[in-house]
Parts: sequence; structure tokens; C-alpha cells
Amino acid sequence: MVLSGNDKTNVKGIFAKIGGHADDYGAETLERMFVTYPQTKTYFPHFDMAKGSAQIKAHGKKVAAALVEAVNHIDDIAGALSKLSDLHAQKLRVDPVNFKLLGQCFLVVVATHNPAALTPEVHASLDKFLCAVGSVLTAKYR
Amino acid sequence: MVHWSAEEKQLIASVWGKVSVEECGAEALARLLIVYPWTQRFFDNFGNLSSPTAIVGNPKVRAHGKKVLTSFGEAIKNLENLKATYSKLSELHCDKLHVDPENFRLLGDILIIVLAAHFGKDFTPSCQATWQKLVGVVAHALAHKYH
Repeated sequence: MVLSGNDKTNVKGIFAKIGGHADDYGAETLERMFVTYPQTKTYFPHFDMAKGSAQIKAHGKKVAAALVEAVNHIDDIAGALSKLSDLHAQKLRVDPVNFKLLGQCFLVVVATHNPAALTPEVHASLDKFLCAVGSVLTAKYR
Repeated sequence: MVHWSAEEKQLIASVWGKVSVEECGAEALARLLIVYPWTQRFFDNFGNLSSPTAIVGNPKVRAHGKKVLTSFGEAIKNLENLKATYSKLSELHCDKLHVDPENFRLLGDILIIVLAAHFGKDFTPSCQATWQKLVGVVAHALAHKYH
């Protein structure tokens, strides 16, 4: 799966709209993921899962920053996220299915906050981008 | 048998009550065909699916989307008895339509995005969780008679 020129434009465009809210989007994505797919909480047994938890906020910020980094280096996502890819392969070992679940929740957050901006074409591009990020993060698993 | 709490039933009913089955169905099916283009394989006779614009404007897509979501409404009326409700439809999708059940999951995920865009902040995490559960259960029921 390859990101076309249009895809890259669409992804950069939607992230420009998200702008300074990326951290909040990250936190909300995690919150939704933990509620919708409780099995994802197994990777965070040490987290306070209450609404507004400082740990979820902090982790959401990290996740958002990684996505923004990928957008800023969209021509070489593998290069941009190489260290994160190592981390997931060697230490975190999050099962690959979970990246799809995170992606779905991120799309939901974008949809709830920017319905007009999430046209079918942008939706397709963003979904592809999130798949690409997931692929990069699991690329070195075995 | 799947258990639905009173809260879940309420969240399902309150969302469904505000949904235009025709609009929502059309949009969900169009987005499925656009976001996951390989799903177009089932719709060779739908005419022009050559671009997102063509897909969104395609009257057969709109009509079929409405049909699909109308059927979803039946599921909502029969939450306690989904497998029976969808028994014949399941056989149809297996024996005649030859649809990989993975496609039901894809459509379910798309429907969630359409609802999220429509309801905004009202589509709370609990709402999303309940509806994600519902689309999962519907997909499972539709796949149940596969052999």
C-alpha cells in the first residue's frame, strides 16, 4: 500500500486543521480505545484509567507527536519512526491488531471534531496513512 | 447470547432515532467503496465507480446503502435474537453473494465513522463502544451461517 501524492496532501491538510489540538486528539483517541476495546488496557496495567488521567494525557501527547512526526516526514515514515519501530519490536511488542484499533479511534476523534473536513477522499487517505504507520511500527517484529 | 445492558439499549435507540437511514446508508456504503476500493468487487453491475465523486453520486450505491442500513434497523429491533433474524441473510451472503465476512467488519467500522461525523461530541466514548459492539455482533450474526 502506497501513499499517493493526493494522499500525502490530504493527510497534511487534515493535520494542519488539527493544528495545536493534536495532544488532545491523542488523549481522546486513547480514552476511546480503552473504553471501546478493553483488551487494549492490558498494555497499560500501571495506568490510572479514570477520565482525565494525567497518564493518558501524557501518553496521548506522545502518540500524537509520533503521528505528527510521521506527517512531517511523510515521504519516509519508516525513517522517521525507525527508533519507535525498534522500541515496539524489542520492548513493547504490542500485538499488530491493536494498531488498527488505535487507527479506528483516531478516525472517530477526527470525525467528531472535523466532520466537514473528513470527506470520503480524506478519510481514505488518513486511513491509509494510519495503516502505513502501523506497518512501520510492526515491521521489525520478526 | 449477547447481553445488552439497559444503558447500551438506550444508547443504541437514542442514536438510531436521529439517523436518516437513507442518508447514512448511502454515505456508509459510498465510503466503504472509496476507503476500501477492493470492496467494489461485489458491485460490477453498479455502473460508474471510477472516482469518489462518481461513487457518492451513484444512484445504485445510494439505493443499496439504504437497503443495507434498513436491514441494520431490523437488527436493532431484534437485539435479543440476532442470529435468527439474520439467518436467511447470512445464507444469502454465503451461498449466493459470496461475500467474505471481513467485509461486514469493514462496513461496521465505516458506519461508526459516519455516525461520529454526524453526531460530533454527542458520539461519546460509551456511545462509540456500544455501537462498535453492535456492529461486531451484527457482523458475527451475518457470518453465522457460513459454511
